[in-house]
Amino acid sequence: MRVSRREFLKASGLTAGGLLLPTRFAAAAEAARFPLHKAIGEGHTICPYCSVGCGLLIATDESGHISNSEGDPDHIINRGGLDPKSVAVRQMSISDLRLQKVKYRAAGSDKWEEKPWDWAITEIAKRVKATRDATFEEKDANGVTVNRTQAIAWLGGAANNNEDCYVASKLTRALGLVYVEHQARI
Amino acid sequence: MTNHWIDLKNSDCIFVIGGNPAENHPASMYWVNAALDKGAKMIVVDPRFTRTAAKAQVYAPLRSGTDIVFLGGMINYVIQNELYHKDYVVNYTNAATLISPDYKGPPELDGLFSGYDNTKRTYNRASWAYQTDAEGKTKTDPTLQDPNCVFQILKKHYARYTLDMVSRITGCPKDQFLKVAETFAATGQPGKAGVILYAMGQTQHTVGSQNVRIMAMLQLLLGNIGIPGGGVDALRGESNVQGSTDMGLLFHVLTGYVGSPSAAAHKNLAEYIQKETPKTSYWSNKPKFLVSMLKAWWGNAATKENDFCFDYLPKRAGDHSWITLFHALHDGKIKGMLLMGQNPAVSGPNARMERKALEKLDWMVVMELFETETAGFWHAPGVNPKDVKTEVFMLPAADALEKAGSIVTSGRLIQWRPTVAKAPGDAKSDPWILDRLCKALKQAYNGSTTPRDRAILDLNWDYGDPIDVERIAKEINGYWAADVVDDKGNVVGKKGDLFTTFGTLRDDGTTACGCWIFAGYFASIDDGEGHIQPASKRRGTKDPGGLGTYPYWGWVWPVNRHIVYNRCSADPDGNPWSKEKALIWWDAEKKKWVGYDVPDFVATKAPTDPGGKDPFIMMVDGKGGLFAGMAEGPLPEHYEPLESPVKNLMSGLQNNPVIKLWTTDQDKEIGDRVGKPEQFPIIATTYRVTEHWQAGAMSRTLPWLAEAQPEMFVEMSKALAASKGIQNGDKVAVSSARGQVTAVAIVTDRLQTLNVDGKKLEFVGLPWHFGWAGIATGDVANDITPHIGDANTMIPEYKAFLVDIRKAV
Repeated sequence: MRVSRREFLKASGLTAGGLLLPTRFAAAAEAARFPLHKAIGEGHTICPYCSVGCGLLIATDESGHISNSEGDPDHIINRGGLDPKSVAVRQMSISDLRLQKVKYRAAGSDKWEEKPWDWAITEIAKRVKATRDATFEEKDANGVTVNRTQAIAWLGGAANNNEDCYVASKLTRALGLVYVEHQARI
Repeated sequence: MTNHWIDLKNSDCIFVIGGNPAENHPASMYWVNAALDKGAKMIVVDPRFTRTAAKAQVYAPLRSGTDIVFLGGMINYVIQNELYHKDYVVNYTNAATLISPDYKGPPELDGLFSGYDNTKRTYNRASWAYQTDAEGKTKTDPTLQDPNCVFQILKKHYARYTLDMVSRITGCPKDQFLKVAETFAATGQPGKAGVILYAMGQTQHTVGSQNVRIMAMLQLLLGNIGIPGGGVDALRGESNVQGSTDMGLLFHVLTGYVGSPSAAAHKNLAEYIQKETPKTSYWSNKPKFLVSMLKAWWGNAATKENDFCFDYLPKRAGDHSWITLFHALHDGKIKGMLLMGQNPAVSGPNARMERKALEKLDWMVVMELFETETAGFWHAPGVNPKDVKTEVFMLPAADALEKAGSIVTSGRLIQWRPTVAKAPGDAKSDPWILDRLCKALKQAYNGSTTPRDRAILDLNWDYGDPIDVERIAKEINGYWAADVVDDKGNVVGKKGDLFTTFGTLRDDGTTACGCWIFAGYFASIDDGEGHIQPASKRRGTKDPGGLGTYPYWGWVWPVNRHIVYNRCSADPDGNPWSKEKALIWWDAEKKKWVGYDVPDFVATKAPTDPGGKDPFIMMVDGKGGLFAGMAEGPLPEHYEPLESPVKNLMSGLQNNPVIKLWTTDQDKEIGDRVGKPEQFPIIATTYRVTEHWQAGAMSRTLPWLAEAQPEMFVEMSKALAASKGIQNGDKVAVSSARGQVTAVAIVTDRLQTLNVDGKKLEFVGLPWHFGWAGIATGDVANDITPHIGDANTMIPEYKAFLVDIRKAV
């Protein structure tokens, strides 16, 4: 009889939220038959590396950063198996090198400056507008309506979700961009 | 993929060429092994003996850039030995179709096809047309004997790809080639299925598109398309490159592969529809897809009267693909650039030239997880920031696990991912960023009375505040834009209801759909166990038929069909060719197609109905195209890579005659320089390793992966190493006409000297993951790759170019 991971954990009394935490936190829990020393988590996700689309199970700590990751044994494609990258992906969540602040580099400058989001969005919009307005072609030399700017380009992103890519595709075309490309081309 | 990952277990022979799944799609080996455990064989054809080759039963080497010769030789073998699936070929391909008697090919024209214009470097395809009778019906010869029929043309074309020629050009020993041909040709029998797995080793060439074509042709001959365990399966390179392409993030397409309008051909919507809508095939519905997308994009502003805002779409001036883009950048024509998770400083061809071009930007916006080489191009080693005037905005982005959304596997399976972790610091999801930017732009343009600004002001953009990704999903899925009743007053559609199929789409503005092939992915349906939820969120594990289809897990485009062209799995009468590979069949009682997959066919169309034997529903004639026009011809023909150490033996034409040649700054140190074999006698190729990921931002920054593969290396044969006084572990300088990189030598038996027409040729291979940012750093391999692309797709020829090597001090 094949027991799914969820069924196994249920039988052990370990599937309600707090019960997935290490035993020292499981205050009001039933007695667990299999005491855990670290959170194993049940957040389902799909690996962000290659295109096989393997299932991952993720646990996070109090700060919301990944404390455990493992293959999802119930996933139809990878059946719990992972390669080195998907094993290591949890390090991305806690890496010191992750960008945490908006940064700006001025023309000719040799350094980054931290900036707030609002400032950055406003300044970017200003530049997009200025470049678009200065280079927009409503009609070409043959009198055809072209409504484009060839002075702004977009690159990316094959690691982005469908929904990210869709709004990018929509927004860039609404702005009149024709230089729209990404990893699929190369 | 025409098929999918789990389907590999149904195969009798897995042929890997120009791909390395054990290395780059590791989990796929679970399913390869499932097939091997049942007695299937795996063949690997690759210049190197790869990690995948180590698991194969048959391995054969070939010189990088000679795939058409190898596969053409296999086609010749299959035809000469009559190993093709005859009934499949006669009924389901255009083998019987008669081609214009004006057609001439390489056998007569020494490498060229009829219709070549020497000055324009393009083909006029008139002589490649089908012959038609007085009523305009295509002429055929089902006996396949007419000298003008596709089959005879094909036979004559590949008769030149003899065993001798294959061995002389590819460097593959004859017995090894024959072993491959014989093993794979055995799948031409009904009851047997062979699948071809391929990746960038096939596509990243100036003949890349034809490489893919010839694999498809071989599979059509063997009857391997549309059956379980068969297919032409691309091993796509990123977690969601399938989806990003589906969403139209390439200059030449809108969403769902509907072509973007061009100034030269599409003055207005009527002209676009007239020119781009074929009379037959499923693409005859194109206007429904385009109008529904326009309705999703411009909402209430898009009306029949204004052609649904078609004029708001920017019209391309010509080619705006990657290499062209970087030339425009180099020429100072592009002032601003937005990058969302892309690192061209490392991944672009002729990367030194492309990095230099970035310095021409006035402003750059990068949405990133880490400071990549691109984001920091202005302070790269050797660059003086004072000389770079580009303003750079580096925006911290949430990674894949820190935001919700869906991605598509190589097998077209769409899986939804919820947010499972918290983004660090001020990092935000890309939809959040783009939403804020769009709102800021709408604000900036507010009050404008210029018509040119309407595209932004009228843009239908309402995803909530804070942004709700599921609202984007519903728009992509498509919904009724109005209440619609039929002429009897019955409700056909209720405004806002989501579609379960693109079959519901209309071209009259009553339907809105962001991406037609995704129609259904977010509609709520059953997971096989009674839980109703958005299709791509499902985790149902029922698998009727046991073929690994799993129809209740996630959702596959189109309309949950797992194996496309599956009408091919049944014979012309509608019965499976074999019980071993039964997939769908015609049920005469129920008067519909039934079986283990959604039919890729009108469900109620009988085999005896018009079109009942035409499985290739996206082709105008419904037949698989053995003969099909592309930029460089209707049949794949061997041409040498742009940088090659040998003359083309197949014909007097050295290179693909329609590729776009670039000559900017050829005389300067950094430019479109082409290397000659006298100076650069060694063939080079680039590839990837399991432990690293693409341009390195997602792997060279992670301690475990940096530890597993810490350094840039160059692989070479023992003979080459000995001739250069290089030992395993020595630092080696690898130079091309475009630059030089240093890497650690890996001296190995996995690369062997090639015997190409009596000449001993050496080759080297380099991973292209490295750059100066992150923990594991190294030189950028793409500093030495060429600025030349395929004639159809413009994909750069990263896989075959010329270098020299020497021991570095």
